[in-house]
Amino acid sequence: MEGDIANMGQFIGAGLAAIGSGAAAIGVGHVAGNFLAGALRNPSAAPGQTATLFIGIAFAEALGIFAFLVALLLMFAV
Amino acid sequence: MADEAKGGALEFHPMDQFIVEPLFGGDTIHWYTPTNVTLWMFLTVLAITAMLVLGTRGRAIVPSRAQSVAELAYGFVYKMVEDVAGKDAVKFFPYIFTLFLFIIFANFLGLIPMAFTTTSHIAVTAVMALAVFLTVTVVGFVKNGASFLSLFWVSSAPAAIRPVLAVIEVISYFVRPVSHSVRLAGAMMAGHAVVKVFAGFAAIAAIAPLSIVAVVAIYGLEVLVSAIQAYVFTILTCVYLKDALHPHH
Repeated sequence: MEGDIANMGQFIGAGLAAIGSGAAAIGVGHVAGNFLAGALRNPSAAPGQTATLFIGIAFAEALGIFAFLVALLLMFAV
Repeated sequence: MADEAKGGALEFHPMDQFIVEPLFGGDTIHWYTPTNVTLWMFLTVLAITAMLVLGTRGRAIVPSRAQSVAELAYGFVYKMVEDVAGKDAVKFFPYIFTLFLFIIFANFLGLIPMAFTTTSHIAVTAVMALAVFLTVTVVGFVKNGASFLSLFWVSSAPAAIRPVLAVIEVISYFVRPVSHSVRLAGAMMAGHAVVKVFAGFAAIAAIAPLSIVAVVAIYGLEVLVSAIQAYVFTILTCVYLKDALHPHH
């Protein structure tokens, strides 16, 4: 492919992939916010659920990191 | 490669810190070449050994600082394995404790300026995630035999959609090592790249004070992320192990 057009596509694609980070941020915020809402209603049950909280955050965050990985691949590997 | 993008506004490229280089000069890297990755992995193991062997050498009733850190880490991971994976998973505790200590020490050593973060390379994390994946699969089949496959057959769901769920469960089972490794490597790489990007902005006089404050703030966040990612990797190992030991939904 012609260099300029291909480069432009890479940059646009990497920028679009960065939207995924924002989506992951919404997901992580949703998990943490709901945990806090639940924890404030029943504080005595909260400490037992921190492991679940972190697992939930990890799953939500993984997809954002996949988006970051796509951006990295477009910038450096393609 | 987008060559004109390199070094545009920044003094150095933020991804330069992840280049694997031979330790004693030369250009080619064989599997036996000592590189900066080898060096920092060795330092990681050395630091863990120092904490666990030298730190607890006194075996004091009232622990010294190093001994109490070692005891806290031991108790923390032991409780995690027991709570998440169950009592019968405790015989895998040495393996999980090793993973936890290696990751958390590699992450923290990588935060030292000019250090190399070994866990930011997918090659490193993929080996650990694949080892966990293989262990869990083998343990699952050895413990449960063919009934381990009931992990994929969600018996609580309506019979009609069970085949569909089985396909999804199988796919998600095999994506586990990918997400397990990419999560750790991606989080470490992204965080260190962000620190370097802000450090690069510090060379521009107008925004230097702001970017230095930002570097400090992001560094603080990175300390937190280092610990949390080690915790997450370990707890997911426990979750996978629980699936292998008790596959029935």
